[in-house]
Amino acid sequence: MSKEPVAVIGIGQTKHVAARRDVSIAGLVREAARRALDDAELDWADIDAVVIGKAPDFFEGVMMPELYLADALGAVGKPMLRVHTAGSVGGSTALVAAGLVAARVHGTVLTLAFEKQSESNAMWGLSLPIPFQQPLLAGAGGFFAPHVRAYMRRSGAPDTVGSLVAYKDRRNALKNPYAHLHEHDITLEKVQASPMLWDPIRYSETCPSSDGACAMVLSDRAGAARAPRPPAWMLGGAMRSEPTLFAGKDAVSPQAGKDCAADVYRQAGIADPRRDIDAVEMYVPFSWYEPMWLENLGFADEGEGWKLTEAGVTELDGDLPVNMSGGVLSTNPIGASGMIRFAEAALQVRGQAGEHQVEGARRALGHAYGGGSQFFSMWLVGSEPPDA
Amino acid sequence: MTRDIAVVAFAQSDVLRTTEEQSEVEMLMPVLHDVLDRTGLKTADIDFTCSGSSDYLAGRAFSFTLALDGVGAWPPISESHVEMDGAWALYEAWTKLLTGDADTALVYSYGKSSPGSLRDVLTRQLDPYYVAPLWPDSVALAALQAQALIDAGATDEPALAAIGARSRAVDNPRAQLKGDVPQGEYVVRPLRTGDCPPIGDGAAAVVLAAGERARDLCTRPAWIRGIDHRIEAHSLGVRDLTDSPSTRLAAEKAGAFERPVETAELHAPFSSQEIVLRKALRLDADVRVNPSGGALAANPMMAAGLIRIGEAAARIHRGESDRALAHATSGPCLQQNLVAVLEGDPR
Repeated sequence: MSKEPVAVIGIGQTKHVAARRDVSIAGLVREAARRALDDAELDWADIDAVVIGKAPDFFEGVMMPELYLADALGAVGKPMLRVHTAGSVGGSTALVAAGLVAARVHGTVLTLAFEKQSESNAMWGLSLPIPFQQPLLAGAGGFFAPHVRAYMRRSGAPDTVGSLVAYKDRRNALKNPYAHLHEHDITLEKVQASPMLWDPIRYSETCPSSDGACAMVLSDRAGAARAPRPPAWMLGGAMRSEPTLFAGKDAVSPQAGKDCAADVYRQAGIADPRRDIDAVEMYVPFSWYEPMWLENLGFADEGEGWKLTEAGVTELDGDLPVNMSGGVLSTNPIGASGMIRFAEAALQVRGQAGEHQVEGARRALGHAYGGGSQFFSMWLVGSEPPDA
Repeated sequence: MTRDIAVVAFAQSDVLRTTEEQSEVEMLMPVLHDVLDRTGLKTADIDFTCSGSSDYLAGRAFSFTLALDGVGAWPPISESHVEMDGAWALYEAWTKLLTGDADTALVYSYGKSSPGSLRDVLTRQLDPYYVAPLWPDSVALAALQAQALIDAGATDEPALAAIGARSRAVDNPRAQLKGDVPQGEYVVRPLRTGDCPPIGDGAAAVVLAAGERARDLCTRPAWIRGIDHRIEAHSLGVRDLTDSPSTRLAAEKAGAFERPVETAELHAPFSSQEIVLRKALRLDADVRVNPSGGALAANPMMAAGLIRIGEAAARIHRGESDRALAHATSGPCLQQNLVAVLEGDPR
C-alpha cells in the first residue's frame, strides 16, 4: 500500500528569547501558529487537526496544557494530539503529524511545539528526586559531560573542537533573526575563556534556556499544489528508542541513533549521507555533540567526526553545513528545539532560510534526541517530491 | 486503499487504591507480558510501540522514560509516547499501521494516582492564569455539570444513583469497586461518593495488527471500523455542559451511527457524564453500557480510556459482541473525546 506524500507548506517561529513576559503560553503558541498559517496562506478553518508537543509539563507547571491551548490553536471541534518524547519531542511531534497526512486520515495538519521556560525553572523541573536512581547531577550537562569525555578519549580529539562548534553556531545565529542568542562580539577566544561548567563543557558551549514556539503546516499532494511558496517534501522519517541506563549501551554513539538514521536514509534512497545530503540541522545542546552525532549519523567514520568540524566542513560555507540557524546552542526552548531543527531543514530546501540559506540545498536532515540519549527522531526533506 | 486494523489482544492490571510497594514499571511489566503472551509475540516482533501516561501523576519530569525498560527496548525499537490517555496512543499507533510502516503495534498506558491528591493534581490541567490559581477540583467541576443536567430536566439524583449502582454490580475481577456499594454522602452537591469514580492505580496494554497478520494472531480480531477524536473549548463558560458535541462528531466520523452497536464501553468517570454521553452517542436502552463496570468501578488515570477499547475488543474476541463502541475522555467535564467502533467478523 502506498503512503500519501507529505509536504511542509508553512513554517512559523517566534523570536526566541530568555523570557517572553509580554505573552501567555497561549499567546506564544498562537504567534508561531499564525506565522505558519500566513506562510501557507491558509486560515484556521483550513486545518483538519492539530498535533502539539512539548517537553515535561513541569517546565511550565501546567498538566496536559493542550487542553487549555485548544482554543488558542483553533483546535475546537478538531482532533488534537499531544506528543511527549522528552528532548526529541519536537521532531516526534512533526512525525506524528506527518503520519496523519501520510495515512490519508487528514489533508492538512498544524503541528506545533513550544516551551516557555521562564514560567518555571527547567533545571529543578528535571531534578525532582527519584528513589534509587542517580539524579541528573544538576541539569543535563552533568549527565552528558562524562559521555563527551568518553568520546574525546575514544577518538583522540583535541580539546579545542568543542569551542570551534560553539563559535560557529553562535556566528550562524547572527544571521537568523529568530535565534535567541545574538552575540555580536563573539570570538573564539571568548568561548575558550568562558567558565568551565561540567568539565569539559564550558559555559559558552552550552545551550541557553529559551521561551519559544515553532509551527509547521503539513499537507498532502493537493495541498502542496495550492501552496503559494515552494514546499519541502518529506523523503523519510523515523523514531527509535533505547533504554537510558543499561550495561550494553554505547552512550557515545547510541545504537538507536544509528538505526534511526539508517531507516531514514533507506526511505529516502540515500546511499552516502556525506555526499547526498546538503545541510544538517542537528540537535547539539552541548558543542561536543556535533562531532559525536556526525559519526552517529553516518557522516563520518567512528573517531573521525571531529576532523570534519576542525577542517571547517560544517561551517555555513563548508561542504556539509551543520546548524546553519545557530542550532540548539543558540536557541533552546526545549520542547520546540527538535521541531526547529525539522523546520529549519525544511526552510533550507524551500530556499526560504534567508541570510543563513545554504545555496542550492536540495536535501536536508532534521535531527532530534532526548532523554539520556534515549529517544531519537529524524526526518529528511527535499526540494523535490518523492519518486520524482 | 485502506488497511483493516484490529485489536488482537488486551490485558490489564487489577486496579488498586494504592500500589506503593510497586513502581510504575513493576505495575506495567506483568501487563506487557500478559498481552504479548496472548499473541505469542516478543518485543522484537512488534513494529511500533506507543504509550500514554502523565508526568503529573508520577510527580516528576520524563516519568515515562523508565517505563521503556519494562518493554525491553533493546535492540532499539520504533516508539512514541503521548502525554494523554492510552486511547490516544492507540490512535497514533492506528495511523502508523494505516501508513503501512508497521503491521503490528503494542500500545500501553498506566497511571498511579495514589502518591498524590488526585483532585488537587487535576486542577493543574486548567487554564494556568485565570482558573488553576483558584484550585477548582475535578469533583467540583463535574458537580457543575451534574447540576446543569438536573436543572435542564435531563436527570435527577435517583437516576444518577442507579447508574452508580449498575456500574458496580458487575463481575469484573479487575475492578476496584464492585458489588453493593452505598451511594454515600455528598462530596460536592449534587454528586455523592457513589456518583464519583474510585481513585486507583492501574495499567493496560493492547496489541494492534493489520490485515492477515491480525487473523494470524487472534481467532476473532476486533476490527477498528472507525476511530476519531475531537476537542472542545477549555473554558466551561463557553460550553453547554449538558451536551457533548465533540463526542457526537467523533462518533459520526468513526461511523458509529451507520448501524446500531450492541455494547458500549463509555469512559464516564461521573454518573452524570453517562447521561451526556448516552445522548450524544444516541444509545438506545437496549445497548449494553459498560458491562465491565466502566470508570465508576475502576478509573486508573491515563489507562481508563484504553481499557474501554480493550474491554470492548475483548467482548468481540470472546464472541459476546459483534459490534461495539468504545469511548475515552480527557479534560474537565468531557472536554476531549475519542470514539472507536469495533466489529468482529460475521458469524
